[in-house]
Amino acid sequence: MDQLNAWFTQLLAGNAIFTANTLGFYWNGLVTTVQLVFLCLLLGILLAIPLAIGRGSKRWWIKWPIYAYTYVFRGTPLLIQLYLVYYGVVFFNGIQDTIFWEVFKDAFYPALIAFTLNTAAYTTEIFRGAIKNTAKGEIEAARAYGMSKGLMMRRIILPSAFRRALPAYGNEVIFMLHASAVASVVTIMDLTGAAYYVYARFYAPFPAFIFVALIYLCLTFSIMFVFRRLEKRLLAHLRPRGA
Amino acid sequence: MKKLLTTTLLGAALIAGAAHAQDKEHLRIGVDVPYEPMEYRTADGELTGFDIDLGNAMCKQIKADCEWVVQAWDGIIPGLLARKYDAIMSSMTINDERRATVLFSDPYIKPPSAWFVPAGSSIETIYPQSLKGKTIGVQRGTLQDNYVTDMYGDVAKISRYTTADDLVLDMDAGRVDIAFLDFPVGKSTLLDSKEGHYKTIGGMITEPEKYFGEGFGIAFRPRDKKLAERFNEALATLKQDGTYDKIYDKYFKTGE
Repeated sequence: MDQLNAWFTQLLAGNAIFTANTLGFYWNGLVTTVQLVFLCLLLGILLAIPLAIGRGSKRWWIKWPIYAYTYVFRGTPLLIQLYLVYYGVVFFNGIQDTIFWEVFKDAFYPALIAFTLNTAAYTTEIFRGAIKNTAKGEIEAARAYGMSKGLMMRRIILPSAFRRALPAYGNEVIFMLHASAVASVVTIMDLTGAAYYVYARFYAPFPAFIFVALIYLCLTFSIMFVFRRLEKRLLAHLRPRGA
Repeated sequence: MKKLLTTTLLGAALIAGAAHAQDKEHLRIGVDVPYEPMEYRTADGELTGFDIDLGNAMCKQIKADCEWVVQAWDGIIPGLLARKYDAIMSSMTINDERRATVLFSDPYIKPPSAWFVPAGSSIETIYPQSLKGKTIGVQRGTLQDNYVTDMYGDVAKISRYTTADDLVLDMDAGRVDIAFLDFPVGKSTLLDSKEGHYKTIGGMITEPEKYFGEGFGIAFRPRDKKLAERFNEALATLKQDGTYDKIYDKYFKTGE
């Protein structure tokens, strides 16, 4: 133990990079990243539920616009979407004088909007797939009970679709966390932005980026852990008996 | 007879040549172009810039005949040591690493940084109070970034950009209230390309040394101590008689 302690002290001696100051940058970056990702996922899922139901509608004027939306947002890079929202809006003449400018002036909200639209598109498709895969028997049973369409959606289709969508949605959450690294290009000091800053200030790419990679890794493991627990609970009925 | 005449003429020419070399010493100076406004070529291909003008003025002062030798940056110190030229005057920052191989003159300029604001900005002075709550734009990882972060990081919001172009875009959009940039960069991207829309305030910033470095120096071979000394004296004289300021203003006029 003493040896380990000595080794650790030696490792930190002469270390000019990881001072309280830079660790503060990393901490603020962590807070920003978590805020950004959490908010965009929350808003994304709120958008995605109605869109996923609409996407399965028989009416073309509901179905096709939603399809076009998910197609565009899944078919273009997130970075481009971010650039368009952040740098694009300023080309609307006079936007600086409207109340929208309060939202678009800061880099955080444009990024939140781009990320939300992006994750909502993916989540919509994940949910739609799950809804479509609802067992015929469950729907027939619901009809036999005389449930209305709305009631059937609420009580039968959506709960079972959520369960089926859970593993795929867990992946989307992790992807979104990793994709949020592009936020640093529009001056947001997220985790990657902090790493860039430390890299540029000390010309030390390896320490700066390996440290931030470890933080992302910890975040990813936490997300995976939460989803494992959720899946275990919500998909209990699918496990082999006695397992 | 004819042979004798030729020999005599040749000898005379040689003596004349030697005499010429004595009163006008020939010096070659290495430079890497372009790096506006320090050294670059005009549209006609002529070398110009702050270094070139100041270098020529110094040569005149020490009564030497100077020739500029263009050399790419990565071979510029080896070229000096290999006697391809006798000095380097090419915006070279003085630091200890280079001091190990070359001899530096006194710093002849500190590359200035400056504050840039839109023409109608309400910011008039640079104090922590006047920058409170404002957004300061800088290029990430530059010395300007370090300076602003340490000086105004507590009161203002600092937006860090990868390139000056991104910063200019956000300044046009009104997302950035004030930018702190290397003066030549700000001059070309804000003052010159959008004439009348931007101005500098607070003058040129070159201190403290902790952030802005020791400045640029002329590099010589370590054994040429006398030559370096003569250049130092020439620099001091030019600073005194106003020639230096004239050249400085020509390239770093703030337009305030």
